[in-house]
Amino acid sequence: MNGPRSYLRRTDTLWWARRTYLAYTLREATGIAVAGYAFILLAGLISLANGERAYDVWLNFLKSPWSLALHLLFLIAMVVHVWTWFKIMPKTMPRLVIGRRIVTQNEITAAGIVVAVAAFIVILLVAECVQP
Amino acid sequence: MPSEAGVGSREIVIEVLRYRSDTDSRPVPQRYRVPFTNDMSVLQGLQYIKDHLDGTLSFRWSCRMAICGSCGMMIDAEPKLACMTFLRDYHPGPLRIEPLTHFPIERDLVVTVGGFVKKIENIYPYLIPKTPRRLDEGEYLQTPTQLAQYESFSDCINCMLCYAACPQFGENPDFIGPGAMALLQRYNGDSRDGAQAKRMELVHTENGAWSCTAVGYCSEVCPKQVDPANAVNQNKTRSALDFFLRFLRPAHSGGAASNGDAR
Repeated sequence: MNGPRSYLRRTDTLWWARRTYLAYTLREATGIAVAGYAFILLAGLISLANGERAYDVWLNFLKSPWSLALHLLFLIAMVVHVWTWFKIMPKTMPRLVIGRRIVTQNEITAAGIVVAVAAFIVILLVAECVQP
Repeated sequence: MPSEAGVGSREIVIEVLRYRSDTDSRPVPQRYRVPFTNDMSVLQGLQYIKDHLDGTLSFRWSCRMAICGSCGMMIDAEPKLACMTFLRDYHPGPLRIEPLTHFPIERDLVVTVGGFVKKIENIYPYLIPKTPRRLDEGEYLQTPTQLAQYESFSDCINCMLCYAACPQFGENPDFIGPGAMALLQRYNGDSRDGAQAKRMELVHTENGAWSCTAVGYCSEVCPKQVDPANAVNQNKTRSALDFFLRFLRPAHSGGAASNGDAR
C-alpha cells in the first residue's frame, strides 16, 4: 500500500536498549536468571537420582562462594522479574468487574505481588520446619 | 492559564524531519525558529511554520482537540498527538519532530496509512448479532458490567501512535498490531456480538496476537487510554484456550456460541 515514492526508514535494531523499553528489556533479560535457577534445581534432582555421592557434590557446590554470589545475583534478578511480571499481568486478563466497579490494573498488580511475597514466606517457614 | 503576551514573547527551535520525494533521496532535518506563547501546542508551532516561514511543509491535522487522530507524530522521539503536546514543555529546544516511526513517509510528516486501514477492514469491524431480532422484538439489552468489558476499546481514534510505539510492528509490518486488535476486541468483547469465531481466526495466526511480546508501550502512549496491550494480550489467553479446548468441543463450533436458537 506504499505510495510510488514513499520512504521507509530502517527499524532501529537497538530499540530494546532505549529508556522507554527499559521495563520490558529487564523483564525479558531477568527471565534468563529464572531459567538459570531452574537449571540448578534440576541439576540437584539429577544428582539426587545418582546417589548420595553425587548429591553431596551438588550440596558442596551450593556452599561455594561462587554459588552464593550467583544465587544473590539470581535473587536480585528474580525480584525484578516478579515486579515487572505482575506489572504486565493485568494486561493479559479480561476486565475484572466486581459489582459495577472495574478492578484497576494497579490493584491486580498489588494483589499479585502480595500473593508472591506470602508464598515466599510460607515456603521459607516450611523449609525451616523440615530442616534436619 | 491563558497567556497575556502575544506571539513572539519566547522562541523555540523546532527541527522537522523533512522528506520531499521529488527532490530528497532520503529524509533530512530542517530547523526553524518559532515564536510561541504558553498556550501554543506543537501543532500550532507547525502551523506557524507553514503560514509564516515555509509554506512547503506538509503535515496532517484537523480537529485540534485530540478526537480526529490525524496529527500523530514523533515529538522528541515519543509518539504523541501534536495538538495535545505543548511547546512550553520543550523550550528552548531544539524540539525534534519526525513522522511516526515504522510507517512509510509520503512527504514530510505525512505517513502512509493504507496498511492500517486494510487491517481494520479485515477484522469485521461491526456488530454481528448472536441472534438477529426483528424490530418489534425490541433492542439488544446489555448490563453495565457487560459494557465495561469492552467500553475502553471503543474509544480508539485511529491515531496509530500505538503502532509507532510497537517494536514488533516495526519488525513485522504484517502484524495486525495494537490498534486493530483493540477494535477487534471492542466487538469480540461485546455480549451482543456472535462473530467471535470468525475474528479469532485472525487472532490465532502468527500475524495475529502471537506477534506481540507484551512490551506494553502501546498502552502508555495511547492518548485515549484505550489500553490496546490489554486487547492483544487477553486474546493470547483466549487463543491458547481455543487451541486446547478444540479437542473437547464438537467440530466447527469454534469459540462462539453455537447457533442453537437459529430460526
